[in-house]
Amino acid sequence: MSGMVGGIQAYHGAELYELSPATREPKWARYTILGLSLTFFAIFLLMPLLAVFVEALRKGWDVYWQAITNPDTGAAIRLTLLAAAIAIPLNVVFGVAAAWCISKFEFRGKQLLITLIDLPFSVSPVVAGLVYVLVFGAHGWFGEWLSEHNIKIIFAVPGIVLATIFVTFPFVARELIPLMQAQGTDAEEAAVSLGASGWQTFWRVTLPSIKWGLLYGVILCNARAMGEFGAVSVVSGHLRGQTTTLPLHVEILYNEYQFAAAFAVASLLALLALVTLGIKLFIEWKSA
Amino acid sequence: MFAEYNLVMAQAVGKRVLPGFGLSLGYTLVYLSLIVLIPLSAVFINAASMPWNEFWQVVSSPQVVSSYRVSFLTSLLAALINSFFGLLIAWSLVRYNFFGKRLVDALIDLPFALPTAVAGITLSALYAKNGWIGSLFAPLGIKIAFTPLGILIALTFIGLPFVVRTIQPVLQELSLEFEEAAATLGATRWQAFSRVVLPALLPAMLTGFALAFARAVGEYGSVIFIAGNVPMVSEITPLLIITHLEQFDVAGATAIATVMLVVSFSLLLIINGLQHWASSRKRYLTGEDVA
Repeated sequence: MSGMVGGIQAYHGAELYELSPATREPKWARYTILGLSLTFFAIFLLMPLLAVFVEALRKGWDVYWQAITNPDTGAAIRLTLLAAAIAIPLNVVFGVAAAWCISKFEFRGKQLLITLIDLPFSVSPVVAGLVYVLVFGAHGWFGEWLSEHNIKIIFAVPGIVLATIFVTFPFVARELIPLMQAQGTDAEEAAVSLGASGWQTFWRVTLPSIKWGLLYGVILCNARAMGEFGAVSVVSGHLRGQTTTLPLHVEILYNEYQFAAAFAVASLLALLALVTLGIKLFIEWKSA
Repeated sequence: MFAEYNLVMAQAVGKRVLPGFGLSLGYTLVYLSLIVLIPLSAVFINAASMPWNEFWQVVSSPQVVSSYRVSFLTSLLAALINSFFGLLIAWSLVRYNFFGKRLVDALIDLPFALPTAVAGITLSALYAKNGWIGSLFAPLGIKIAFTPLGILIALTFIGLPFVVRTIQPVLQELSLEFEEAAATLGATRWQAFSRVVLPALLPAMLTGFALAFARAVGEYGSVIFIAGNVPMVSEITPLLIITHLEQFDVAGATAIATVMLVVSFSLLLIINGLQHWASSRKRYLTGEDVA
């Protein structure tokens, strides 16, 4: 499912269409289309973005500052960073390995493999959390063995990390596969025939040519890893200061009617989203 | 002749000239199985070990059936709204110049980047009866937040980029010659759009619609804050999985998850088919085959 629509693209300008009457709408039609588009954009995207920050500062800077420097918020930030710091490298290694075998070799069942890699995107986040409860939960497949050995996965940090890995699983792979398929194998074959080893070929030939696509996948992966709510919520157990990530902390504050504090913490995540979109723009501009 | 032959041979053999096939494929399969396939199979294996009538009782209980209706109808409506406005926005971005275009283009992806919980609480604040938008509708007696209408708003928010980002590249690459030919043959602008452009965009529009719908059906974070979660009225299906889990009814949660997975996988198949259709259509319409 090419959901998280990626693909870095270069666009030509709109002037092309405005030159000829054959591809130009009458003025009234143009203004209607633009008006409807921008109104919808303003109501559905711009207003929510502004509202996060307005609500966050509704009770003033002091309350805002208190909310984001609260020890529980600090713990949530650390757990969120930890989950992302584990999930991203693992999914990068996987993404590169998957893209390497899919783009550089021919084998049976390739299309099926590509579809299976996309699977986590089509699964509801709640179901993504549930699957680990079925495997590692108290009554799950390994539940008894884990409790005998005093290992906690569900309602503990490892469960949160696993759920995060699951929901961000396809990001890097699906960014790299089409990119490396388009690049073909000529450069690598030349390197190998000149005597380079496999690793040398990868580090010096492949990696430089996929670096922007890789970074693109990583920042999308990071945004989802730090922002995931449903899957993490199922396996977290919501122990304040221990198993709450930033989005779960937002929920707790909100359910306690501490709206200004909830929006203050939410504004940190909104800033992360803006930074993500900024880096995305930069990569598109850089690789256009 | 010989050069051609050598090239073909090199290509046939060349695929295996590069090292690392066994390692990369092996790692991919192991990691995929451990993280995704085996855990997902747990849902089906556990569901299969449930007695059938117990399974059926859970998935056909009135509360659950009502949640299917709520999830299906709100997702469908949201995807339809997104298809219409997504087309308009993609059209504006590709075909017009206007002030702030780059900003609009960049922010279309906001629902991908903004955590769902943040979207959820923000939309509830906007559409509550004292919120910026909710307060405009409250005097008319229309409640948005904490009703199914609120669910529709949240699902519309998260689905928009799927439609825009699927239509936009197709529209961008659509060869101008088709519209010029239509105009030369005396078609009005509307005729050229509805008979030439729209059919060319149809596979992309359907794909975008299906992607938005599939995402909406499984969505949780942005919905639960604004839905109100009234049983039989505004409960979505993913919420009921959580409800069962909170009551330590893992079997019940698994039964509902099985239904959801079957729906997700069916949608995935449909989407794959649509994308296949779209890409074969695209090759023709961008003039690759014509040239």
